[in-house]
Amino acid sequence: MMRVTRVLVLMSLMPAAYVSAQSPGVPPAPQNRPVIVASKPFGESYLLCEMFAQLLESRGLRVERRPGLGATEIAFGALRRGAIDAYPEYTGTGLIAILHDSLSDSVLADPRAVFAHVARRFADEYRVRWLPPLGFQNTYAIAVTRATASKYRLRTLSDLAREGPYLTAGFTADFIGRSDGLVGLSRVYGLHPRAVRPLAPAVKYQALASGAVDVIDGYSTDGLLARYDLVTLVDDRHFFPPYEAAALVTEKLGMEIPAAIDALTLLSGRLDESTMRQLNRRVEVDGEDITVVAASELRALGLVGGGRTTAKVEGSTRPGFIRYLWDRRTNLAELTLRHLLLVGLALLAAVLVAVPFGLFLERTRHLAEPAIGALGVLQTIPSIALLAFMIPLLGVGVTPALVALWLYALYPIGRGTYTGVRDADPDAVSAAEALGTTPVQRLLWVRLPLAAPVIMAGIRTAAVITVGAATLAAFIGAGGLGEPIVAGLALADTRMILSGALPAAALALLVDGVLALVERLVAPAHRREGIWRKHDLQAGPRPA
Amino acid sequence: MSPAAITLKSMPISLAARNVTHRFGNVVALDDVSVEVPAGRAVALVGESGSGKTTLLRCFNRLVEPQRGEVRVGDKDVRTQPAVLLRRGIGYVQQHGGLLPHWRVLRNVALVPMLREMPDATDAARQALELVGLPASDFGNRFPHELSGGQRQRAAVARSIAARPGVILLDEPFGALDAISRADLQESFDRLRHDLSVTTLLVTHDLAEAGRLADEVVVMRAGRIEQQGTMRTLITAPATQYVARLIERARAGLEALRL
Repeated sequence: MMRVTRVLVLMSLMPAAYVSAQSPGVPPAPQNRPVIVASKPFGESYLLCEMFAQLLESRGLRVERRPGLGATEIAFGALRRGAIDAYPEYTGTGLIAILHDSLSDSVLADPRAVFAHVARRFADEYRVRWLPPLGFQNTYAIAVTRATASKYRLRTLSDLAREGPYLTAGFTADFIGRSDGLVGLSRVYGLHPRAVRPLAPAVKYQALASGAVDVIDGYSTDGLLARYDLVTLVDDRHFFPPYEAAALVTEKLGMEIPAAIDALTLLSGRLDESTMRQLNRRVEVDGEDITVVAASELRALGLVGGGRTTAKVEGSTRPGFIRYLWDRRTNLAELTLRHLLLVGLALLAAVLVAVPFGLFLERTRHLAEPAIGALGVLQTIPSIALLAFMIPLLGVGVTPALVALWLYALYPIGRGTYTGVRDADPDAVSAAEALGTTPVQRLLWVRLPLAAPVIMAGIRTAAVITVGAATLAAFIGAGGLGEPIVAGLALADTRMILSGALPAAALALLVDGVLALVERLVAPAHRREGIWRKHDLQAGPRPA
Repeated sequence: MSPAAITLKSMPISLAARNVTHRFGNVVALDDVSVEVPAGRAVALVGESGSGKTTLLRCFNRLVEPQRGEVRVGDKDVRTQPAVLLRRGIGYVQQHGGLLPHWRVLRNVALVPMLREMPDATDAARQALELVGLPASDFGNRFPHELSGGQRQRAAVARSIAARPGVILLDEPFGALDAISRADLQESFDRLRHDLSVTTLLVTHDLAEAGRLADEVVVMRAGRIEQQGTMRTLITAPATQYVARLIERARAGLEALRL
């Protein structure tokens, strides 16, 4: 039952005081800011991030956790910009996905040479340091079921390429697009599966086990690889580079908080592949709490004192979903509140900008369609890409998320305002003009009141879009209900996903409902007879 | 005549357009047009769509600023005062009324008095409604959509006279009404404008309506004036073939109703 409680608690942007309260009574090193430790959104990365964090805390350092950052571009982008201090990365990913380097086969065959190359290039180009490797590799494991392996006589990737036309692949989107993924496999092995289905990491093992796909891309240290008794195909042409895991840290951290580097280096060489597979298995298969797994391993390695026992280990029975939600009510309430805050602020800012902008466009109509078209183009940028664009400008956290959400909300509101005001009862507007109203009077007395329903419809659309898009804000560490969704996807934990998705859906309905009420309140007087009995206007015009 | 009407009575003012020319792009809407409407008189501008009659009407309240020529309201060039202030002194009725749909009738009618910051704006609106046969006690508190088409045009007329203007411009004011409502409104408007002795310029495509409401008729065609005179003159001495044909057509329409 304790599986994710702590994960959720720790992933929310909780007061740093709570974090440091957990650290033993080592006198704190002189440090005027927390060390910001992050991870990418998959299980092992979460676990390593938590181990880094606990290790730092055990040395009296203040830590801020930002787990589950987007993917490589977002996590590395944040590090490069100094928005985070450290996260676990893999040399192969650094080599191919970040540096886009190609090395000779002889170098590729030597993990140490690859590490040296990557470390040097990163220091030169990005002022980012690779700490000595943790001690294990986590390479791509192209896996099939035992039954498929024997039916098609598959042992190596060359075998797979031979049988490719008969097989359906289920690959993660990341793998499909990466040059050290499917692209390279097709080039080197001539692998062309009958069909390639993009799969979320959370579902790929189930998809394979249920026979929906025949082959998947796993990670060699995945806990689920063992659970489903899968066969990992041998990379007989040495296509994949070594993927040695290591802590990636900024040079700035070394200068500002050298103690942090010392602490993190303690893990170097301490985690071998079987240990890591074991730990991943505890998290992904047995459903143990990440904080507990991290703490017990650090203790086992003798890196933190044994003073802290985990009182929560005993309850490993799975309670019902309602109970699960109830146990997390405080945390979910915080996440919901934060979500609402993100949506509310972004929406408010969008209203403040887009409504006047729509009104302005109504006065300069030749600009209107191009300008609104440009806002519409923003709408077509995938949220995750927009969030990634934000990082070089604004780092990670709440600010870039707010800006991205704000950008998405501009279009529906601007469009609604412009259209509503433009099309407001033309006869009434022209008569008001002919009788001597000023443009401002026509706007305030005629156009805006008549356009109010259309403007509100735009705001409602924007609100619902924003509630949905805000779940993605978790990818750049802005918190909200996306946190359990992202973490749940990474850990293949459906209940965790639902604990974020259901409140988010309810929130969308609620926000829409509240705005529907507002819409009725701002409806032009002649259309709201039902709720607004004749109380106003009875006295005729308001005094000038 | 009700006492209310006396208080609404205002000094009629004259209208004059002299050598007015206006183009919309390449289209000549008004080609050197001159028209005079003496104070207290009613003149109808008659012609087909595109003849320039509405453009000419709209020159007087500066909804159109002609490129050449002079437009005078009273004895002043319209360009000597801000358009907004000019318009508040001129009544205006358009084809579809143009009442503000979200304002109740009384507030709609009080619009111009309110714009002119008249202290008794609501009273003025009540009197105007009374005059057009829509007593404020029954109709003032309704929204425009709660009136019939004829009642809406009456309210629009009330709005145009509520601030006691010296002149009213009407652009096809009864054109969208059924025959019976139209006849009713024509009759009460004719009485009203005589009671108020307000200068009236009316745009219509209906020659019969022009004859019924106006002292003089101006026939326009393609931005020019074909003939200006009383209906009697037009009938007895049409200046052009076009005028003769126009009268012929109007008469034929009426003949068709004869047994």
